[in-house]
Amino acid sequence: MVLLQVDHISKHYEKDKPVLSDISLHVQQGEFISIIGPSGAGKSTFLRCINRMIDISSGEIHFDGTNMMALNKRNLRKNRTKIGMIFQHYNLVSRLTVIENVLHGRLGYKSTFQGVLSLFKEEEKREAFHLLEKLGMAEHAYKRCDQLSGGQKQRVGIARALIQSPKLLLCDEPIASLDPSSSKIIMDHLKEISTEMNITCIVNLHQVDVAKKYSDRIIGLNAGEIVYNGAPKDLLEREIREIYGANAAHLMMK
Amino acid sequence: MITGEYRSNKKQLTIFLLLLIVVMLASASFTEFNFIYSIQTLPKAFTWIISNLFITEQALEKLPSVMDKLIETVFLSITSTTTAGVSALFLALLGSEATKVNDFFAKLSRVIASVYRNIPIVAWALILLLSFGQNALTGYFALFLATFGFLVRAFIETIDETSSGSVEALQASGATYFQIVMKAVIPECLPQMMSWILYMIETNIRSSTLVGILTGTGIGFMFDLYYKNMNYEVVTLITLSIVIVVIGIELISNYVRRVIL
Repeated sequence: MVLLQVDHISKHYEKDKPVLSDISLHVQQGEFISIIGPSGAGKSTFLRCINRMIDISSGEIHFDGTNMMALNKRNLRKNRTKIGMIFQHYNLVSRLTVIENVLHGRLGYKSTFQGVLSLFKEEEKREAFHLLEKLGMAEHAYKRCDQLSGGQKQRVGIARALIQSPKLLLCDEPIASLDPSSSKIIMDHLKEISTEMNITCIVNLHQVDVAKKYSDRIIGLNAGEIVYNGAPKDLLEREIREIYGANAAHLMMK
Repeated sequence: MITGEYRSNKKQLTIFLLLLIVVMLASASFTEFNFIYSIQTLPKAFTWIISNLFITEQALEKLPSVMDKLIETVFLSITSTTTAGVSALFLALLGSEATKVNDFFAKLSRVIASVYRNIPIVAWALILLLSFGQNALTGYFALFLATFGFLVRAFIETIDETSSGSVEALQASGATYFQIVMKAVIPECLPQMMSWILYMIETNIRSSTLVGILTGTGIGFMFDLYYKNMNYEVVTLITLSIVIVVIGIELISNYVRRVIL
């Protein structure tokens, strides 16, 4: 089943300087997709166009049977609850506790009044603890987020996204600020989420080897255009050179 | 190569310092400021200060009334700063890149803040004196407006710096504007904002003395009165009590800041 359908989208801030040009992509439910490409290729912009954090200049995006471009503010909020987002810098409220941050993921389901007063249901709280346990963070539930390590913060970020019960997870360079062992933990969790919970993951990555190891499909982006769209095993030196440019490919393949 | 760069840096510094001296001399001659004369008169000034600015027993009798006015000034400063802080929060939310409602209001709030900030407090006091007359309200509004302009600017920067990430995250999860403000912006920025408010309370106690001289209220008025009567002993008493109170407030606010940050 096609969950996300991106058709011919373009984005430019200034005329004649496209950040994204004519991108089309169909994503299946439960698929794990990595987007690789050099800095400034438009990876982050593309991800943010999907949940309309950035508005596109032309094209169409259909997610879960709804036309994202036609939504008004209220319905856009409603649809965003079905899309979780994970960030390079975790984007937690660092002065609040882990559990408070996780429950922030439920705000989209609440009225302003309920949200402001933190009126969360018993089952929502139970679910929050359940998720933290699954991610190995239960013992830190009442710690303030600024006391956590990077890998722990990212796991809180994942829990916050998962409690939305999303169908799609957008991950904007989730491991770019992490050490190798934390990176592995995070990537393993993301992979598990996509296979076990059948949640689609679209992950921006800098590391080609990580992308090849975890993905069902890899998208190569260069200067706002898709230059590769295929299986990880078909991504060879020639393709990498096309994505990153000649010299970089040589460096990366060791 | 590196030594060459280092040398050229040194040369730049020398040129810059020379330029500074030239500018200083030029402006001194323009304003007819005489260095040698001003240094020569220093001993004389000190002798005058030492012989006149003594607190006598007679002056100490005025202490209760001085304290009265001083407490009034402190509370005036606290009231104007806190009310200005609350109002500034609303404008700062509109003006910040992270929490703006739209570009028009963002621009407008920045312009309003800039106007209020760039009119000196002395000018505010004199303008308001015309409309409100000689009373504490004039002083309150003068302090309020100048503080308001400054705090909007400071709060905008605080919000932009500390909470743009969490604002983005909550927006992406479908939270409403007020949820984002109450759950992300306020918890993240409150300590920093409190710190700015404490700083402005200190500053305002100092400026309220000046405002009082202009508007004829509070401790400033008392200072002015005794100064013009050439009762320098009481003037010294007033000055000293202001210094002690300001230092006291500063110590308290430093302590509070350490605890909340």
